[in-house]
Amino acid sequence: MQLALFIIVAIFTIGGALGVVATRNVVHAALFLLLSLLGAAGAYLLLFAEFLALVQVLIYGGAIIIVVLFAVMLTRSSEYPRITDNRQWPLALLTAAALSGVLGAAFWLAPEVVAEPQAPEFTELAASLFTKWALPFEIASLVLLVALIGAIIIARAQNVDTPTDASSDGEG
Amino acid sequence: MSFLISVAWSALGLAVMFAVLSVVVLSMVWLERKALGRLQLRYGPTRTGKFGLLQPVADAIKLIVKEDIIPNDSEKAIFWVAPVIVVVSAFVIWVTIPGGDSVVIKHLPLGLFYIIAFAVIGILGLVLAGWGSANKYGIMGGLRSAAQLISYEIPVVLVAAAVAILAQSLDMREIVAAQSAYPYLVVLPLGLVIFFIAGLAEVGRTPFDIYHAESEVVGGPFVEYSGAHWSVFFLAEYINTFAIAALTALLFLGGWGGPALPDVVWFLFKTYAVVLVVFWVRGTFPRLRIDQLMAFAWKVMVPLSFYTVIIAAVYRFYDLPWWSLTILSLAGLAAAGWIIYRRMTAPARRVIQIQERLAAQRGAAPSPRT
Repeated sequence: MQLALFIIVAIFTIGGALGVVATRNVVHAALFLLLSLLGAAGAYLLLFAEFLALVQVLIYGGAIIIVVLFAVMLTRSSEYPRITDNRQWPLALLTAAALSGVLGAAFWLAPEVVAEPQAPEFTELAASLFTKWALPFEIASLVLLVALIGAIIIARAQNVDTPTDASSDGEG
Repeated sequence: MSFLISVAWSALGLAVMFAVLSVVVLSMVWLERKALGRLQLRYGPTRTGKFGLLQPVADAIKLIVKEDIIPNDSEKAIFWVAPVIVVVSAFVIWVTIPGGDSVVIKHLPLGLFYIIAFAVIGILGLVLAGWGSANKYGIMGGLRSAAQLISYEIPVVLVAAAVAILAQSLDMREIVAAQSAYPYLVVLPLGLVIFFIAGLAEVGRTPFDIYHAESEVVGGPFVEYSGAHWSVFFLAEYINTFAIAALTALLFLGGWGGPALPDVVWFLFKTYAVVLVVFWVRGTFPRLRIDQLMAFAWKVMVPLSFYTVIIAAVYRFYDLPWWSLTILSLAGLAAAGWIIYRRMTAPARRVIQIQERLAAQRGAAPSPRT
């Protein structure tokens, strides 16, 4: 039962991931990514990590895919030729090989732990996140904040160069 | 064998949920037409059945029988899958929204979080519907829906978090049980206001129906949809409106708690009362402009919802008496209301600029005309 569900989830995750790199349409790629991320949420669910699965659905399945689609729709990707490869592919191959090497090594070298999967009480999760792991939690939010501000600064710098009237923002 | 039985029970539960929600949607369509009619000094439907009660049935038959047109240039797969995503996300959250102490299909300990997580998926369907239609108004509507719904999702999530802090649980049953002494309306009026307004924006009801505004984007994401496909979006919109009303009742109005009557009756009474307020708002307020909408989300709703979370956390941490939270909450509401009032009654920025320019001209060289 457990195994059958896991195989279904794995097919979703891996099939979605293959779809992301194989399709030529950016919007289809985003949808395949959604499939893959929801598959990962299913895997969390099989490990009884219900809270993590819901976070995966909310953050990745909802917010991030919608923002990706938003960006794709704003850039009018259909007007550009649908090229899916460029000169950076050797570099991409190298990165992918290195990542899978590291992950594979970690998987093989790690001591085998066979623990009974159990649902962590979500109040315990919150308590450890805000007491024991408060510093990494804050650092992660700080990194996100820096990325946010950086994105705004880059966008503003481009706006200043264009001579369009920036003050007519139609407010008031 | 036991597995098969549990699957059969789940299927039966889902079928019952589908039937009940269909009846709810029919009742809401009738109620909306009647309520809007009364607000506009009309009778509303009167010809089909007693009090026009069969009007929604006639509407439904008309919608299903109409021709279903699929545009040639559309992305067929995405055009098909978008309404499915919207309606599935609308139905799937009802699995754990309780209508009474034991009236629920599947009781989940993380119920509130589950509802919020799966409600977000519905936005994806709207964006895809706009993109798949191969229509510029569809794309504009899709972009608008993405921007609007993501922005208003933040206050909804934060206020739900504040309620979870007060109840110390994400379990809908425990949240309602925690309100047995007094509903959270009493201690967190600010939260109720934010949740209701942001909830209206989430389901795209009238002051916030900008992404499918007929006069601006001719229906937005739904512009190319017709017949049965369109009716699926329609169904999802009403189910989501009912869900927001039900959540408002569960989180702030004490859920199914109430004297004498059975719990389901109290739940339906409170939920339909909130639904009537939604229709009342629709009949009263004009539509906002898109920039006003976004400014309102990020400059008013998001800061206020952060304030709500902070006061709820401080109240819970220092174990303050309950009336202190009421005072803090009302103070936040009054401050926000006062700032908006000042802003709305003051002349617009552009008017001030023109007035200053005219005053400067008059001071420098008085024109002969004046």
